[in-house]
Amino acid sequence: MWEQIYNHFNDIVAAILFVIGFSNLLFQKNLIKKIIGLNIMDVAIYLLLASQGYISGRLAPILSGGSENAATYINPIPSGLVLTGIVVSVSVTALMLSMTIRLYRKYKTLDLDEILIKVRKEKDNKEES
Amino acid sequence: MNILMMILLTVLIICAVVVSFIKSLTASVIVFGSFSLVVAVIWMLLESPDLAITEAAVGAGVTGLLFYATLKKIGSIKDANKKEKKVLYRVFRITAGLLIVMLAAALIFCMFDLPGLFSPDHPGENVVAERYIESGIEETGAVNFVAGMILDYRAFDTFGESNVLFAATICVMVLLLVQNRGKKEDLPESKEYYEDLKDEKEIEPKIIKNDVILKTVAKVAVPFILMFGLYVILNGHLSPGGGFSGGAIVGSGFILASVAFGFDRMERFLNKKSAGIITFVSLLVYCLAKSYSFFTGANHLESGIPLGTPGAILSSGLILILNICVGLVVACTMYSFFSLMRRGKI
Repeated sequence: MWEQIYNHFNDIVAAILFVIGFSNLLFQKNLIKKIIGLNIMDVAIYLLLASQGYISGRLAPILSGGSENAATYINPIPSGLVLTGIVVSVSVTALMLSMTIRLYRKYKTLDLDEILIKVRKEKDNKEES
Repeated sequence: MNILMMILLTVLIICAVVVSFIKSLTASVIVFGSFSLVVAVIWMLLESPDLAITEAAVGAGVTGLLFYATLKKIGSIKDANKKEKKVLYRVFRITAGLLIVMLAAALIFCMFDLPGLFSPDHPGENVVAERYIESGIEETGAVNFVAGMILDYRAFDTFGESNVLFAATICVMVLLLVQNRGKKEDLPESKEYYEDLKDEKEIEPKIIKNDVILKTVAKVAVPFILMFGLYVILNGHLSPGGGFSGGAIVGSGFILASVAFGFDRMERFLNKKSAGIITFVSLLVYCLAKSYSFFTGANHLESGIPLGTPGAILSSGLILILNICVGLVVACTMYSFFSLMRRGKI
């Protein structure tokens, strides 16, 4: 049991981080905290991917010592995938933050529940008038 | 698996839990920044320096700045948590908790089915990775295999990603610029809103004038930050880094300069028009350089540029040009994100 946990430590940490981020999304009412939770989920996925690419004792995928043998270096594919992911996640974060700014300007609160209540009230008012 | 990695991973979990439970929003953003920094160290231990440099610049740097700009704009630093006692609300929370526990159990159970960590008999370790490394230098000329992979073999992937950045900038502009000159009926309690804006305009110059420490540090630091960013971009095919990380470093240099010396000065050479032109031209160059394979049936054609000797700065054909394009796009995007969030325009 312990040996298995030791063998899969990175994967388990990635799973736990994913769950923490997801519970942030579910339980936090504050929009900024929700966005941070989403970022934590991103990092969990990257950690899982990058750990799959690493092989102990191998070097970073940059030519060193003139060796062109694939067994000298770690797998470069997860690095490329995660690199893409990091940059996309920052643009998603920026998009969500600007939406938060808009929501705050309109409803003067960051609490999602309050925003929903206000939206419902607005709708009712419109229907009445 | 060494002890340092285990400690860092544990710190990661602690940071994530602290972020969830801490009350103040500013504090949670700070803890999230340190979380990203720890992740950058973990990438270094996993022998992925490209990721480490990108994470340190983007995750720990620009993301945190964007959160700050938002908090500053909103002006609500406290996370007001009211307790509700509705029955339905409690039922929801308990159900969600059960769901989370089940999700955690299922994920961890599945993780045991993966091949052991860091072993060479991993299914991802197949002919594709072998090909990228063994004939990478011959075919792309890049010493950094990751740069050769993302900018030559998988150049479309990266092109799409640059376009994602472009699209994100447009969306943020649509969301934040429209309201500033929008119609009056769009603005709820418009009086208050305009008063807010007036306050901001009055306060901002005062802060800038008085901040001696920030100005002095920025005078020394900005040239070095910009130089390092340019180095990372231009050496993308030789050393860790490349367009994305270097662009983020240059962008954060711009952000520091604009915060220290005022946005008006930055606007002289980086405003809405010039940022748009730079981004558009870079994307166009990238598109023209790579889209020929649509017409040749996805065949790889010679670009006509000699590959040069691997390891020299002027080598690896198109990769250097593409790195510069990507770097420009990323730098403009990062600066315009911050500028849009901080003061509502570029």
